[in-house]
Amino acid sequence: MSNDLLEVDPIAGQGEIMEVSMGPHHPSTHGVFRMDVRLEGEKVVRLKPVFGYLHRNHEKIAEHGAYLAAIPYTDRLDYLCSMTNNWGYCLAVEKLAGITVPERAEYIRVIVAELTRFQNHAGLVGFLLQDMGASGTPLMYAFREREKVLDLFESLSGARMMCNYMRFGGLRVDATAAWLDEVRRLLPALPRFLDEFENLLRANEILMARTQGTGRLSRELAVSAGVTGPMLRASGVNYDVRKVDKYGIYDRFDFRVPLGDHGDVYDRYMMRILEMRETVKILEQALRGIPEGPIMDPKVRLRGLRPKAGEAYGRIESPKGELGFFLISDGTTNPYRYRVRPPSMINLTILEDMCLGQNIADVVVTLGSVDIVLGEVDR
Amino acid sequence: MLGEGIIQGLLETARNFFGSYVEKDRLTTVQFPEERRPLPEASRNFPFLLYDGTDPDAGLRCVSCQICEKECPPRCIHIEKSKDKKPDFVGKMQAYPAVFDIDVSVCMSCQICVEVCPFDAIRMDTEFELSTTDRFGSLLYTKRELAKSNEYYRKIHPTEAAECDARRAKDVEDTKAKAAAAAAAAAAKAAQAKDPAAAPPPASSASTNGAAAPARSEVKENQ
Amino acid sequence: MNAAAADQIFVTLKHWALVHTPASLQVLVSILLTIIPIIVIFPAIFALSVLLERKGLGRMQNRYGPNRVGPFGILQPIADALKSLTKEDIVPRSADHVVHYLAPLVLVGAAFLGYAVLPIGRNMVAANLDAGVLFFFAIGAATELAVFMAGWSSRNKYSLLGAMRAIAQMVSYEIPLILSSVAVVMMSGTLSTTSIVERQAHYTATLAHWNVFTPWGLAGFFLFMISGMAETNRSPFDLPEGESEIIAGYFIEYSGFKFALFFLAEYLEIFSISGLGITLFLGGWSSPFSFFAWIPSWIWFFTKLFTFILFFIWVRGTLPRLRMDQLMNFAWKFMLPMALIVILSAGIWRFLPAQSAEMAVVRWLVCAVIIAVPYVVLARALEQGKRIEKRTYRYAE
Repeated sequence: MSNDLLEVDPIAGQGEIMEVSMGPHHPSTHGVFRMDVRLEGEKVVRLKPVFGYLHRNHEKIAEHGAYLAAIPYTDRLDYLCSMTNNWGYCLAVEKLAGITVPERAEYIRVIVAELTRFQNHAGLVGFLLQDMGASGTPLMYAFREREKVLDLFESLSGARMMCNYMRFGGLRVDATAAWLDEVRRLLPALPRFLDEFENLLRANEILMARTQGTGRLSRELAVSAGVTGPMLRASGVNYDVRKVDKYGIYDRFDFRVPLGDHGDVYDRYMMRILEMRETVKILEQALRGIPEGPIMDPKVRLRGLRPKAGEAYGRIESPKGELGFFLISDGTTNPYRYRVRPPSMINLTILEDMCLGQNIADVVVTLGSVDIVLGEVDR
Repeated sequence: MLGEGIIQGLLETARNFFGSYVEKDRLTTVQFPEERRPLPEASRNFPFLLYDGTDPDAGLRCVSCQICEKECPPRCIHIEKSKDKKPDFVGKMQAYPAVFDIDVSVCMSCQICVEVCPFDAIRMDTEFELSTTDRFGSLLYTKRELAKSNEYYRKIHPTEAAECDARRAKDVEDTKAKAAAAAAAAAAKAAQAKDPAAAPPPASSASTNGAAAPARSEVKENQ
Repeated sequence: MNAAAADQIFVTLKHWALVHTPASLQVLVSILLTIIPIIVIFPAIFALSVLLERKGLGRMQNRYGPNRVGPFGILQPIADALKSLTKEDIVPRSADHVVHYLAPLVLVGAAFLGYAVLPIGRNMVAANLDAGVLFFFAIGAATELAVFMAGWSSRNKYSLLGAMRAIAQMVSYEIPLILSSVAVVMMSGTLSTTSIVERQAHYTATLAHWNVFTPWGLAGFFLFMISGMAETNRSPFDLPEGESEIIAGYFIEYSGFKFALFFLAEYLEIFSISGLGITLFLGGWSSPFSFFAWIPSWIWFFTKLFTFILFFIWVRGTLPRLRMDQLMNFAWKFMLPMALIVILSAGIWRFLPAQSAEMAVVRWLVCAVIIAVPYVVLARALEQGKRIEKRTYRYAE
């Protein structure tokens, strides 16, 4: 399983080349995503990802509307993690317009972002096992926990997934004391779920045999391809935007960044489980330290925000990787240029290199470990 | 690799199987539509228009300022202002919407219209069983279908409704107080016209506007 | 009625019916009376096990299974049958129509033929062949042919992949399957299924002489069951119908009733392999303890069969799928040597003296060690070969 591209002439190649389109309708491609795979027997000799089936003109729509109107659309980028998408965009606008965020709002932002990270990783691990054929049992356990987090989001912001919760300068509504107590009540159950999950599958020989050694990604290739997030850390590169940029108030929390050594699917799977444990630590600290206070910068006008002309790039560590928003303002109510740096798509560009020389069954597992959400890949 | 991981997995599954008969946490299905979980108070689905009292036309709070139409991200609201005016809850003459359409098939339930409305006229409903068989006509909700009473709002969002009612009651009080002060000032002015030694009265119309404006900016912050 | 009469009730009924038919038709009626119960009962068990599977999997996944059609979803199999009967039968235009049509029929036919040699109760076997076990495995090979027919005739790359995988898997797992039953045949000295069961139906100190109570029998039983799971493409060996990769593998182009026939054939094979496993290792229709011997023999057989079905469902709900090359590795590098060692252990069992209780215990321990040590060695070797390890993770500074 070398990482350099195999030079294979598909017409005069060795053996019989079969071209299979793992098409947009597929149970395991995590969305409408197509891969044109050339197989020699069961080994992959070429893989071309084809996406764009879910392109919805997000950037153009955001450029047409006001700054406030883009926030509900960012919910729908990576539709599983709407809170962190909101935060990325609000961070960019706050940098552009010079808005400060009160402390309580920062704490609540951290709490909901870490809850989002937890439910995203839980869902992903469940889907990874579903792709491997565990007929849905780990998926159901993961979703059981995810439901609890989504219920929390519903009682806070009104919607389970399309939360539309953050605003420039703070939050839309305050979190009540009752809500914070509910989060405190949920927290002890999370490590127990993680233990149960690990019990079910970590020492499972079949899982280990299928994931250790598949989809290897070397450090150099990961860095040069711009891969970020748990995929990068699984290849051994210590880069977490929360530690590098220290945006928000992340420098006040004590949490570790797990690193992998082999860069294969097993490492990525374990990265997410270890990150879930770190998330629980951050949540505990945030819930202990949250102050009272306002949740919104009073000087901000949400409607008709006209930031001064300039540009800003706001980035956060979303559960998938580094999610960035680049905004150019020309002084009017609409942004001149709005660009999203989608971590899923950039992580996806390296898929072929990871899959060459492996079986077609491994392609599905590797794709699952990249953690793509087509809403973000296609925007 | 002696198979103990597999055995552990099997035991975990067996624990879930037997647990699903005894523990509630291990059987999380809600048998909709026979059982329904209560929705949290903050949940939102599609907007609706509020009216006070029992007459949807006379009590409609919307004054057709068209701010929600401008701010709606997918532009699903269509408003046509009326030509005549009717009194609002503090007695001031305001226009009302002759046509207020929301295309629910476009609306993305983002709640921005609720946030920007200065008149507490539009709020989010929690009703979600809205499917119809007619794709085009029945998903365009007109003013008639959107108008629901304040009583209904109190039922679905009690805390918000209570706070909204308190604020509007205060607005009414303030307006009455201002009107009384203005009347007193006018009477004083009339008395002063006969007696030039009395102090000039404060400007009455400016103070009425001044009382209403802080109420509206409070509305923006509190949402 | 007493226990013996209850045990032989079906035999008595058949004799009564034969007595009352004219002599010219007796052969035909006898054949029909033997075949029709098999054709009726095992598909009925199939319907029940489909329901049990969905409900069992559901409970394992913290949800109800189907519970809308009838109380507790009991009528769900009828709904499924109606659905598959009334669905449109789509055949791809470029498919080979004759082979496409015949594949499910051959599969179901071969699956049914396997029941001919299973003794369901005392004196209740359809065909008392002297070479019953051999007949069973010969028929098993026909099922592999049918799977390949299905995959090839569909003219679809996914189904071809599925068919190739299926053939490779089924052929590889035939070997441990047959070798583990060779041990039993060797010890029983006969290929006839009825004699194998009768030899296990004796009791010493209330415990029966089942083959599974011996170390070689226990190991052989596990090997047989694992190979049986692989033979019938059952999870975790269901790569040929790998739902998440090649969608449905060799029966991707089948719809409607033919799909239902494939499904039926898969479950019938599961029952027949379980039935053979019960016959060879678990003493067929005999009860494990002598004080339960009054329960009719056919009830014992079906009880054991249901236990197997539940175990299969349990395993399906837990384990992810093995990849193709890992499947092959497992079959050739682990199961095959273990099967040969089981035969060795069985032979040693035969020739060690066991007149007294201590010598019996010694014999048991010796044969167990002969199997356990290579098991550990092979397992470790397999782990090394695949470079599987328990890993620890470091954290950034």
